[in-house]
Amino acid sequence: MFGKLTWDAIPVHEPIALVTGLVVIAVVAAIIAWVTVKGWWPYLWNEWITSTDHKRIGVMYVVLALVMLVRGFADAIMMRAQQMLAVGASQGYLPPEHYNQIFTAHGTIMIFFMAMPIVIGMMNFVVPLQLGVRDVAFPTMNNVSFWLTASGALLVNVSLLVGEFARTGWLGFPPLSELQFSPGVGVDYYLVALQISGVGTVLTAVNFVTTILKIRAPGMSYMRMPVFCWTTLAANLLMLAAFPVLTVTLALLMLDRYLGFHFFTNDGGGNSMLYMNLIWVWGHPEVYILILPAFGIYSEVVSTFSGKPLFGYRSMVFATLAICIISFCVWLHHFFTMGAGADVNAVFGIASMIIAVPTGVKIFNWLFTMFGGRVRFNVPMYWAIGFMLTFVIGGLTGVLLAMPPVDFVVHNSLFLIAHFHQVIIGGVVFGVMAGYTYWFPKAFGFTLDERLGKMIFWCWFIGFHLAFMPLYVLGFWGGTRRLQHIADPSWQPWLDVAFVGALIIGVGIALTVVQLLYSIKTRDRRLDTTGDPWDGRTLEWLTLSPPPHFNFAVLPDVHGEEAYWTRKQTALREEKLIEEPKYEPIEMPLNTPTGVIVAFFASICGFAVIWHIWWLAILGLVGAFAIFVWYAWRDEHEHIIPVDEVARLERERRRIRHEQIQTWPRPA
Amino acid sequence: MSAGFRPESLWRLGAASLLALSTCGCNRGILDPVGPVGAAEKTILINSTAIMLAIIIPTMIATVGVAWWFRAGNKKAKYRPDWEYSGAVELVVWSIPALTVLLLGGIAWISSHDLDPAKPLPSKTQPLHVQVVSLDWKWLFIYPDQGIATVNQLVVPAGVPVSYDLTSATVWNVFFVPQMGTMIYTMPRMTTRLNLQADRPGTYEGLSAHFSGDGFPGMQFKVHALPADQFAAWAQGARGTGSALDGRTYAELSKPTSYVAPMIYGAVAPNLFDAIVKNRAPPSPVSPPLHNKPVSGSGA
Repeated sequence: MFGKLTWDAIPVHEPIALVTGLVVIAVVAAIIAWVTVKGWWPYLWNEWITSTDHKRIGVMYVVLALVMLVRGFADAIMMRAQQMLAVGASQGYLPPEHYNQIFTAHGTIMIFFMAMPIVIGMMNFVVPLQLGVRDVAFPTMNNVSFWLTASGALLVNVSLLVGEFARTGWLGFPPLSELQFSPGVGVDYYLVALQISGVGTVLTAVNFVTTILKIRAPGMSYMRMPVFCWTTLAANLLMLAAFPVLTVTLALLMLDRYLGFHFFTNDGGGNSMLYMNLIWVWGHPEVYILILPAFGIYSEVVSTFSGKPLFGYRSMVFATLAICIISFCVWLHHFFTMGAGADVNAVFGIASMIIAVPTGVKIFNWLFTMFGGRVRFNVPMYWAIGFMLTFVIGGLTGVLLAMPPVDFVVHNSLFLIAHFHQVIIGGVVFGVMAGYTYWFPKAFGFTLDERLGKMIFWCWFIGFHLAFMPLYVLGFWGGTRRLQHIADPSWQPWLDVAFVGALIIGVGIALTVVQLLYSIKTRDRRLDTTGDPWDGRTLEWLTLSPPPHFNFAVLPDVHGEEAYWTRKQTALREEKLIEEPKYEPIEMPLNTPTGVIVAFFASICGFAVIWHIWWLAILGLVGAFAIFVWYAWRDEHEHIIPVDEVARLERERRRIRHEQIQTWPRPA
Repeated sequence: MSAGFRPESLWRLGAASLLALSTCGCNRGILDPVGPVGAAEKTILINSTAIMLAIIIPTMIATVGVAWWFRAGNKKAKYRPDWEYSGAVELVVWSIPALTVLLLGGIAWISSHDLDPAKPLPSKTQPLHVQVVSLDWKWLFIYPDQGIATVNQLVVPAGVPVSYDLTSATVWNVFFVPQMGTMIYTMPRMTTRLNLQADRPGTYEGLSAHFSGDGFPGMQFKVHALPADQFAAWAQGARGTGSALDGRTYAELSKPTSYVAPMIYGAVAPNLFDAIVKNRAPPSPVSPPLHNKPVSGSGA
């Protein structure tokens, strides 16, 4: 009746997992009780859970990502503590079977359920606004994508309390991940969670590629799009091409595990090298899927806070597309040590180095964007400069790893760990933190506290270097990754420093929560009444903060790059706004519970597949399909915002802008 | 408004980290190679780093310098709000990384061929053959020409090239002796080849550098590089001592254990390595999860 699921699945003998699980349940229960007591369910349901508004969905993605950041960080600090405590004679506090789950969960969660959602959340919120349109191409599908991602995150976290998570590392390499060596449900949790969230990711890619290619404001030609839209396009093209590879790869492993196939097994003619190749054909583009949108954020931030257009816009676009294409030609550098011949290794090594060229160009172009500017050191600019300093070192170590003979001695080492955290934290995390601070007022109508923002930056910047520079050293000493126990006592001081660094990052994360709460409490002091708090240059700053549901009463006419900057300068010069247009009623998509119900059934189906409860799996599938059919046959698609409402909101915006024209400094 | 920003401290931190990297690495691990392969790799590592630092350090200084000089409050800095393109600058910013990569790419091409793990090392001495098998969770070293085998200790003659054939009886691992250089995967049903040489006699650490399950941290081993005559004496002495590695003892050995103390087999069943590669050796039992304490090896 319940497949492999028995009471033994509850980890009563593992106090850490049990207590953590119970605390999580208690917190969730408390939140649900609070929302119920306050009577917020109708609001949450109508305005958020079922929303098809790209801005709301974007915010939900970011919230999901921040929650998962806390979970992933908890794993990180446990790992650092274990390595610090388990040196020499001591075995630390985590036995191997628990420690191995933790590093697997850390990688899986940070990449799939922290980095991906936060980057997709930023795209969701910003891209339609920057393109000057009212929503993405497929608003309902957007909602479905989000909830499927959340479903995957849910399953990974359920494994904390019911059963176990994979102990194979975050890429689940066979043959270790095959039934012969991993008979438990851990790998199944990993596979099923990634398959469900992977569907969401592919749908997102379809959505954004379509949106950017087909839906832009009049006059917004490709070469007038903000760079963030370009990097989003490139990232989504990569997602569209790479995630199906992941889906197929994991599906093949599922066939091995569930139906006794032999794609990657040791026996029956399986070949585990195939998996290594396939997973990295997805895995390498994946890092560019994350970093390209971050590059876009830095471009927006550096340009805005330097008070200048981005230097070498065309170069930046070309560099982005070059990275997009080359990133598919370098996957083999993840296993130079597999014994391929010198020609193969050299070709992939050089291809990997070539990616450093467009990336280097970007760094120089940001530098020249600041050159001749009036640089304002607001928090997003701290992140951007911190990124430029950190990322070049990450780039250096990356090129070293691309050099096959160097990789022969640092492959899989702590040097590698330090390298990819340097580019992921120094690149992606700094980028989304810049974006979070930069676009927060647009989303909520008030800015975040600057002083706390700077403290958060310094925590991450100092904490990162303390946590990861020691790992470079240990990598040179021959230290490898994923060690539950460290034999050599001379590592101790470096591990201590790394732990302190992780703690400082933890303070930064805690301060992010403090900053949010404090900023909400004191929001009256920092209200963004104009919708343009940073003297912005792109179209999202044309609207009020937060923007109306329909974003733009009339789609803006775009003349030249920097659509909003041009318009703003014209208005200031001529001391008047453009003629008031004729308002028309606006059709907007209806909210829909499709996403959350589909994800509900997908979670049930996924859970059932993990535990071999076949009747429930079929029920989940049928349920998900039924809601899809129900949605496909709906009669009403849209609701109409009456012309009076549109006119009222737009006139309010024009009134504020009109006042601004009187007070703002004239352009030179 | 920029009171909180201190580029000096930012820079100082970066410099301190770099300094930490360059000095405290000391002479250890891959920075203290004992043979030609490791030495060549260290040279490439240091040269490539130096080439890139020559670009990166000025860039870092320029980043902080430009940001600070062009701060909004600096009246002396010239504001050029429309300066967004310069062909000359573009040419330079594409050329610098392109030329760097051209140089490094050349190094990569040549060194990949010179240091191909499968390529025999140039030497007047005949290489010693060693067959390496990764098991759950220990290393088996078979000396086919000497007719002996060891577990978790690799004894090699100093100054003599050693030619390794490597495979795995279970999941993937990586054979790695940091001070000797190049690491390589051991994979079930497949053989990889590696050539290394230790010139300096001594004892070196070896490990598995690819996660392989619960007993993974216990897969470390010692490498003893002995002067050639001592090696011959050791091999002679080892012959016939202890038990023989045949089907029965191999099945015993392949049971999952970790942190296994070094041991020696005085005789080895012929073609055992090939049998393992072809999966005809007694199959290794399924690995049960280890609980709490890693299991110590019982010996054969």
